[in-house]
Amino acid sequence: MIEILQNLEFGPFLLSFKLAGITTVILFFVSLPLAWFLSQTKSKMKPYLEAISALPIVLPPSVLGFYILWALSHNSPIGAFFDEYFGIKLVFNFTGLVIASCFYSLPFMVQPLQSGFESINKNMIEASYVSGKNKIQTLLRVALPNIKPSLLTAIIVTFAHTVGEFGVVLMVGGSIPKETKVASVAIYEFVEILDYTSAHVYSAIMVIISFIVLLSVYVFNHRFNKKLTGIDK
Amino acid sequence: MINIDIKKRLHGSNGTMDLMVDLQIEKNDFVALAGVSGSGKTTLLRILAGLETADGEIHIDGEAWLDENHCLVPQKRKIGFVFQDYALFPNMSIEDNLLFVNKDKELAKYLLELTELTELGKRYPNSLSGGQKQRVSLCRAMMNRPKLLLMDEPLSALDPAMRIKLQNEILLLHKEFNTTTIMVSHDPSEIYRLANRVIVLKEGLILNDGNPREILLKTNGSQKFSFEGEILNIIKVDVIYIAIISIGQQIVEIVISEEESHHLKIGDTVNVGTKAFSPIISK
Repeated sequence: MIEILQNLEFGPFLLSFKLAGITTVILFFVSLPLAWFLSQTKSKMKPYLEAISALPIVLPPSVLGFYILWALSHNSPIGAFFDEYFGIKLVFNFTGLVIASCFYSLPFMVQPLQSGFESINKNMIEASYVSGKNKIQTLLRVALPNIKPSLLTAIIVTFAHTVGEFGVVLMVGGSIPKETKVASVAIYEFVEILDYTSAHVYSAIMVIISFIVLLSVYVFNHRFNKKLTGIDK
Repeated sequence: MINIDIKKRLHGSNGTMDLMVDLQIEKNDFVALAGVSGSGKTTLLRILAGLETADGEIHIDGEAWLDENHCLVPQKRKIGFVFQDYALFPNMSIEDNLLFVNKDKELAKYLLELTELTELGKRYPNSLSGGQKQRVSLCRAMMNRPKLLLMDEPLSALDPAMRIKLQNEILLLHKEFNTTTIMVSHDPSEIYRLANRVIVLKEGLILNDGNPREILLKTNGSQKFSFEGEILNIIKVDVIYIAIISIGQQIVEIVISEEESHHLKIGDTVNVGTKAFSPIISK
């Protein structure tokens, strides 16, 4: 057992976590204004924006992966533009994976934040406006500090979901060691070459890490709600 | 001096109605806004705060808050707003709730002293009672030395003893800061104690406007006492009929004739008056 662990290649895990970390940071800054806007707006555009931002939940990863692959490749104006002017290729490398992951995990960041913002007492937001604070000050000093559980849920679920992605990564990144071969892809390959021992070890590690992460979220949220309401739910 | 002349179409639970209000309010007045729910009181207050838009004009001391071309945002109106549910910021201590409005530590300290909250300064809103929370909310509203203080049923969630204590504090702050105050209230004794003018709204229009004594006293003609109440029950005891009527917080029995019992029914709002000469007051 110890021998197996010693010979284990940790590269794919590190790559998975690096990808998830970068994706989470980018998505946090993109989703914060979007979720705030969606929670406050009365615009007729709201359902359209909500539907678009939720698409990645229902679409098969292969569909999403296919469109992203096409959009970033030479065959589309976007891919051609980046290649021609900046000399950057966006598919089958780590950059491509980050872009694809941002689309794939967007709803997992936006939705918890939005429902958190929507659950805030509207009078509290208005009290902040009346106190002379603009929307950004209100967002940062009143809204965000009062939705810590939603914030934590959004960050952790986005991170975990990105670690767990498979289909989109495989379509956009392929399986290039140290570049795009993340843990989920590595497990798939172990099974393909019938190396069940390694597949077992990798899968077990994924299960354990995921469980610990989710457990800490629930423990924190439980404590925060208890502190805020004084009620032990 | 505040000039208000506004119009807004409201889509409420009772269908569509037009809120049309044309008013002048003197500086340092304490105005109570009364009327049944759905009459537009809260909307009027929110329009004054800039939290809702409307057509028309609002001018305060010559400064335009609302006219044809623009509507000043609530941030720039320098008002205080007290919500029925306090709307304190749970993530900040009591002191920080006040300092959030502006960094004037002297003023915050003074307000907390005035409302006897100094010892609670470091505590958080969730550990306070309803009355304490509303006092904090009142202090917070005074932090930008508002020209106009707006209160939306500030005391309706509190018990009677706490109400009276807070009424005194509201009056104290109103005088201390020379502010003009508009308060939505349903409680006649509260209105009588605090306000020097009552405006009663009905279906978006001003139904009554005057001093509280004229408007709140329900007696007419030779009646010495008159109360508005709701019939809870009508029962027949031997040959007489008794109506059980709820007046304010109390329930009374009143003998009625058989004929009266026919055209009164449970749920009716009635006026109960008497012409007794010398009522007895005891404590």
